Amino acid sequence: MKGLVIGVGNADRGDDAAGPVTAEAVAAAAPQLDVMLCRGDPAELIDAFSGRRRIVIIDACASGGAPGQVQRFEAHRSPLPACFGEISTHGVDLGATIEMARALSGLPDRLIVYGIEAGSAEPGAALTPSVAEASRRLVTQILDEFSRE
Amino acid sequence: MTRRTINVEYLARVEGEGALNATIRDGVVEQVELNIFEPPRFFEAFLRGRDFREAPDITARICGICPVAYQMSAVHAMEAACGGALPDPLHVLRRLLYCGEWIESHVLHIFMLHAPDFLGCHGVVEMAKTHGDLVRRALRMKKAGNAIVATVGGREVHPVNVRVGGFYRAPRRADLLKLRDELQWARDAAIETLNWAAGLPYPDYERDYLLVALRNPSHYPMNEGRIVSSAGLDIPYDDFENHFQEIHVPHSTALHGRTKQGRSYLVGPLARFALNHDRLSPEIVALAEKAGLTPSCRNPYKSLIARAVEVLFAFDLALEIIDGYREPDAPAIDVEPREANGRWATEAPRGLLYHRYEIGDDGLIKEARIVPPTSQNQPSIEKDVRGVIEANLDMADDVLQHRCEQTIRNYDPCISCSTHFLKLNIERLTGDEAQA
Repeated sequence: MKGLVIGVGNADRGDDAAGPVTAEAVAAAAPQLDVMLCRGDPAELIDAFSGRRRIVIIDACASGGAPGQVQRFEAHRSPLPACFGEISTHGVDLGATIEMARALSGLPDRLIVYGIEAGSAEPGAALTPSVAEASRRLVTQILDEFSRE
Repeated sequence: MTRRTINVEYLARVEGEGALNATIRDGVVEQVELNIFEPPRFFEAFLRGRDFREAPDITARICGICPVAYQMSAVHAMEAACGGALPDPLHVLRRLLYCGEWIESHVLHIFMLHAPDFLGCHGVVEMAKTHGDLVRRALRMKKAGNAIVATVGGREVHPVNVRVGGFYRAPRRADLLKLRDELQWARDAAIETLNWAAGLPYPDYERDYLLVALRNPSHYPMNEGRIVSSAGLDIPYDDFENHFQEIHVPHSTALHGRTKQGRSYLVGPLARFALNHDRLSPEIVALAEKAGLTPSCRNPYKSLIARAVEVLFAFDLALEIIDGYREPDAPAIDVEPREANGRWATEAPRGLLYHRYEIGDDGLIKEARIVPPTSQNQPSIEKDVRGVIEANLDMADDVLQHRCEQTIRNYDPCISCSTHFLKLNIERLTGDEAQA
């Protein structure tokens, strides 16, 4: 089964698009990977985990850091910090979705989550410069995730 | 002298930002205020100067959970203004789309936001550990609703296929038939859900609500109907503003809905069921009764059962529509603008959603008014919380606090769709403190 990269977020809400924008850049650079864009629906995400060994998720987060700051989490080992719930517009945020999946059906062997600190979630706006730069830099790092064994 | 303050920093599982402040003085509930401090979002102002055809896509952005409701009220209001009469197949497709949204919204609320209150779980993650099969069923049912919205609306959230006059593209019959097997499974799962809901521990509380909902001659209301109430009101949908008003209160940035006589009222699943149970199939009414919901039920906690009833109804209706679907000759009719007023009300998952637009002959919107269900229910939420506190003054603070949160969640309040927390303060004062 191919590796899967999931970009979570709303492409029309400024830096909330960090996940989808990064995932699309990965798709362009690495056609051997499957790429999925997702608004955060828990059922869709949990289904996507099924049968996969390696998944990387990219989402915007609001942990109080500087915009563009990137954090990496090994979600197959431990739950995400609360900052992933802050920017969600849904009743069930990414952290809760991963924990639901852990309880219901188990997680992939490696589930890596990258959080890109958002600066603005202005409707209709493009990524702010620091988040756009972080997204560009992250593409190589994500490709490295899949070349490790 | 004693002073007891209960303070919950964040109430999860509601949509929007707000707080509930309750003051109990000498064992008497003095004040209950749902304090919504989320900034107003000015959607009605955004609409002014925009083309009338943009209203469904702009208003859909008001809510990530119920965008179809905003689209449906908007397109019908514009068609009412401009005189467009849709052929039946397009009406039927709109009902199918609305079925998808009712399923998505109700299933999310029943299982992931409301059920934890009844099962003694902190949230859906804990429920996934203790009631895994239930959560699996919920996710699959919600996905079936998502699939309807994606197939008819173009995508699952903020659908893009709805337009004034119909749709941009009518779904192919073959695409709808692909949904059928899963909807049949989900229909059976909805019956299991009703049976499960029958066994939940509902707090013993009732209030004499003024119930308000749409009602139409042939079917359970979604997209059209007259506005009726439990007090005998029966008016055309476009007469809404002559009977209902919105009032600004100092403690909330959201308007409060009341009747013109100043009375609070209830919209949503419990009101719809009570006023329209005779539009449901005998099988569904019997299952509802078996689950503990009768048309005379005024227990707000049993709104969970009413939602479960409506989920079953929506799956049944979706299957019926798909089985009888014939692709329309055209996905839309032409609707030309003219200087006019258009009003419409539909039944959003959370209750009656009224839109009014004034447009010019150039098709630009001059004025817009949108009355969402949560605004209408706010005074009722406050009254419920007051009643629940009064009936349970001897409860320990933490138990009473949880009961208040559960009471608010009966309404599935959609304060907005941007964040989801609500701060809850219950203050208990003695007479001495009243003098201080």
